[in-house]
Amino acid sequence: MASSNGKKAVMAVTGAVMVGFLLLHMLGNLKIFLGRESFNEYAHALRTLLEPIAPYRSVLTVLEIILVVSVVLHMWAAISLARRARQARPVKYVAKKSQAGGYATHIMRFGGLTIALYVVWHLLDLTFGVVNPKGFDSAPADRMIAGFDPSRWWVTLIYLVAVVMVGLHLRHGVWSAFQTLGWANRARYKALRATASLVSAVLVVGFLAPPLAITFGVVK
Amino acid sequence: MNLTLKVWRQSGPTDAGRMVTYKVEDVSPDMSFLEMLDVLNERLIVEGDDPVAFDHDCREGICGMCGMVINGVAHGEQRATTTCQLHMRHFEDGATITIEPWRAAPFPVVKDLVVDRSAFDRIIQAGGFVSVPAGSAPDAHSVPVRKEDADSAFDAATCIGCGACVAACPNGSASLFTAAKITHLSLLPQGQPERLTRAKAMVDQMDAEGFGGCTNTGECTAVCPKGIPLDTIARMNSDYLQANKK
Repeated sequence: MASSNGKKAVMAVTGAVMVGFLLLHMLGNLKIFLGRESFNEYAHALRTLLEPIAPYRSVLTVLEIILVVSVVLHMWAAISLARRARQARPVKYVAKKSQAGGYATHIMRFGGLTIALYVVWHLLDLTFGVVNPKGFDSAPADRMIAGFDPSRWWVTLIYLVAVVMVGLHLRHGVWSAFQTLGWANRARYKALRATASLVSAVLVVGFLAPPLAITFGVVK
Repeated sequence: MNLTLKVWRQSGPTDAGRMVTYKVEDVSPDMSFLEMLDVLNERLIVEGDDPVAFDHDCREGICGMCGMVINGVAHGEQRATTTCQLHMRHFEDGATITIEPWRAAPFPVVKDLVVDRSAFDRIIQAGGFVSVPAGSAPDAHSVPVRKEDADSAFDAATCIGCGACVAACPNGSASLFTAAKITHLSLLPQGQPERLTRAKAMVDQMDAEGFGGCTNTGECTAVCPKGIPLDTIARMNSDYLQANKK
C-alpha cells in the first residue's frame, strides 16, 4: 500500500465506495419530490435499518464509518501522490502544452479540494443545521426546503458548482479506477469512458434536481 | 527559413541553467530538427561559443537517443515522431521555437539538452528480462502464441526507451515505459514464469528512482513516438496487484 501503485489502488477502491454512496444518496434525495412526509420517512428509515435485529442507528453508523475511512484514505493517497509528483519534477517547463484532451483529467486535484470544502459546508448546512435557517432540531425535509429557499439562491449556486465539480471528477475518476485496478484494456476503453460519463451525468442531474426545484418553487 | 530559438543552456549538472535566444537563418524546410540544430552548432563553434549539447545517434527514429521538449511538447507536436524525424517543414518561417530538456528528478540534466536516463536502465535491470535458459531461437510455431498476443507484445516491444512519456507526464511518471517492457514480456510464453515477480521488481524500482505515480492522463501515449497504448499500464497494474496478493 506504500508504493505509488498501491496508493492508486487505494484511491480506486475508496473512490468506488464513495460513488456507491453518492448513487444511494441521490436516490434518497429524490424522495423530496414525493412530499415532505416521504422524505422524512426515508431519513428515519436510514436510522432503523435492520431493526429490531440491529439497534437504532447501528447500521447507519457502520456505513458512516466506512464512508469516513474511505474519504480519509482517498485524501491521504491523493496528497501523497501529488507530493510525489511535485518531487518528480523540481524544475518546471518554460513552455508546456497538453497533448491529451480532457479538461476533467487536469482538474482532478483542484476538483477534489473544492469537493472537500463543499462537503464541510454541506454537513454544516443540512446535517448539523449550523448554517441552516431551521437549525438542528428540525425535520430533514424542512431543513432542505428552507435551505434552498429562493432568498438563499447563493446556497443553490454553491451546490450547483460543487455538484458539477463532482461530475467532472467522476468523468475521469470512474474509468481511471478500472485502469488502476488493471481491468481496462483497449477493447473496453470506449465502454468504460461511456460508463464514466453516464454515471457523472446521472449524478449531476439527480443531485441538482431537488435544490433547483425548491429554489424555483416547484417543490414547496 | 529564419527562426528564433529559445534554448535551455546549462553548463553542467550543478549549473542553474537558463533560456538563451539564438537566431538561425537559411534553414531548409527539408532539414530535420537535429540538422537545424547542427547548423546552429556549426556557427557557434566558428564564433568560439560552446555548441548546444543534445543526444542523438541513429537519426532514423529507432534508437531512442534523441528527444527534447519542443514548444512544450516532447518530440514536438508532430505525432508518433522522434525529434530526429521531425522536419522543419512543420514549422512556419519566422517562428520562435522553445527547446527544453526532459524535466524529471530521476533524469538529471548532464549538459544543455542532454539528460541522464540511467534510471530506465535500472528499471530494466530490476526485472525486464527472461532468465530461463531458452537455448537458441525455437523453430517458428513450435511454441504457439495467439496472433492477438503476438501483435500486442510487438506493439509494446516497439518502445525505444526515449523517455518522452516521463517528460510529458504531469506527474513525471515512468509508467508507460515500465508498462511497455512488462507487457512485451508478460504476453509471451517465455515471459510467463517471472511475470509477477518481474512486475513487482520493476514497479518498485520505478518508485525507488523517484518517478511520480500514474494518474491516467494519457499525456504519455499522446507524445510517444511509437504510440505505445495506454492499456499496457492497465496490464502492469494488474500484474503488480496480483504479485502483491501472493
